Amino acid sequence: MSPFLRSYLTVVWFGLAAFLLGGLLLWLASLLRPVKPNPEKVLAYESGVNPVGEGWSQSQIRYYVFALLFVVFDVEAVFLFPWATQLERYGSFGLIEMGVFVAVLLLGLVYAWRKGVLRWV
Amino acid sequence: MSAVSFLAIDPLLEGDFLWTPLLIVLVKVLVVFVVGLVATMLMVWFERKAIAGMQNRVGPNKAGPFGLLQTLADGIKLFFKEDLLPERADKFVFRLAPYLSFVPAFLAFAIIPLGGDFRDGNGGLVTWFGQTTRVQLADPPVGVLFALAISSIAVYGIMLAGWSSGSKYPLLGSVRASAQMVSYEASLGLSLAAVILVCGTLSTSGIVNAQSSLGSWNLVATGVVPFLIFLVSATAELNRPPFDLVEAEQELVGGFNTEYSSIRFALFFLAEFMNTITMSALIVTLFFGGPQPITIGGTSLDIPLVPNGLEGTVWLLLKVLVFLYIYVWFRGTLPRFRYDQLMDLGWKFLIPASLGWFMLLAGQRLADDREWDQWIVMPLSLAVITLAFAMMQLAFRASDRNREAEGVQF
Repeated sequence: MSPFLRSYLTVVWFGLAAFLLGGLLLWLASLLRPVKPNPEKVLAYESGVNPVGEGWSQSQIRYYVFALLFVVFDVEAVFLFPWATQLERYGSFGLIEMGVFVAVLLLGLVYAWRKGVLRWV
Repeated sequence: MSAVSFLAIDPLLEGDFLWTPLLIVLVKVLVVFVVGLVATMLMVWFERKAIAGMQNRVGPNKAGPFGLLQTLADGIKLFFKEDLLPERADKFVFRLAPYLSFVPAFLAFAIIPLGGDFRDGNGGLVTWFGQTTRVQLADPPVGVLFALAISSIAVYGIMLAGWSSGSKYPLLGSVRASAQMVSYEASLGLSLAAVILVCGTLSTSGIVNAQSSLGSWNLVATGVVPFLIFLVSATAELNRPPFDLVEAEQELVGGFNTEYSSIRFALFFLAEFMNTITMSALIVTLFFGGPQPITIGGTSLDIPLVPNGLEGTVWLLLKVLVFLYIYVWFRGTLPRFRYDQLMDLGWKFLIPASLGWFMLLAGQRLADDREWDQWIVMPLSLAVITLAFAMMQLAFRASDRNREAEGVQF
């Protein structure tokens, strides 16, 4: 195994330990807690009244559009980070290039903004 | 070696297999794990006590000295609570979601330098029992990206918890949460880029190492603005007040965890406070020199009575405490944002501001490297940004006019 992957193995073991701790806690609780379900208890909670309609109701499309916009800026970060570590190497060419890239993406944001996508009514 | 290669959980274990390094690694995992849990417990107590103080109350004071064991008492109580599975829930995902929230909360802790000797060019390496190691669970070369990745995974826990409950309030809470976390993730990453620009490395120990004196702390070196953006984004990312719309009690009952009870709820609760601690530690690592002592003009402050190997840890603890207090302070003083205000702040202010500052900083760094005249470069880059801003305002005005002419309502 390469040293690169090996430095992540500690993380894997650590995550496994956290996973096991969660499991252990749930298992311990399952030994201790009472289990007396009845139809009233397992109803979906709607502040005391009987639930109306489906639990999975429709939600606004706006949330989805934000997720789309996020992808743009997350991908941008992917390009920004490597360049940021090697700034001096690419010099003014890199700076102008990145300036144009950022400007194009910001234009996209401004477009979405004016389209009213960022608006909550 | 090959028989034990699966045990090689740390770079220390390369080469001949020895018991000492393995033990050190196991002890490291164990200590970090226990410290994480105990710190979370204390954080819950600290928050309740500090909030109580701000609101002229006493706060927890019955269980243990100063009520220190209150969290433990609450935890034990939760063990004896019935665990309800709502009939409409997606059973598998409902059980899975607490893990998705809990495990990443721990994982993010792995890349934070928790101590070590950073003075005199030691680079954070310490020698324990004849072995040189870092006081850090893992030091991947892309530590910062790892932290960002883990904080993205935490979104799944909340999203799936709300969705799988099959109930309206949790669903609303989780949809809000994912949109909010995703939005602020963008400005979080972009303000982080400024730190990477200054330090030239993605590894957390490298970033700490670069901040050897007060003047080279990234807070100063990046010019405060990225820190402020990061702090606000981190608060939103943690779903803490004033950005806790996910669990806005007045609107959504308990938010995404309304249907959860017993230990499953406790896992979410632990994860939330664990994340607060981790994020504070990350802020300290990125902007305040992590375990570095405060160094002014070549002389570093020395904490008396603490051995040198532990001093880094003490410094980190002190700095993290400041941020934990700031988070509690936020909660004690700031009213909750409205959702549209929250999204406006993220998209219309923080993202453009962090990008603008990043480009400004990049120009300044490059000018510094190439020995261009700073007096020309800085006004020039400022002029470019002002021009861009003015053009945007003009475009907005033009589009407003067009919309009015077309008779569009918004």
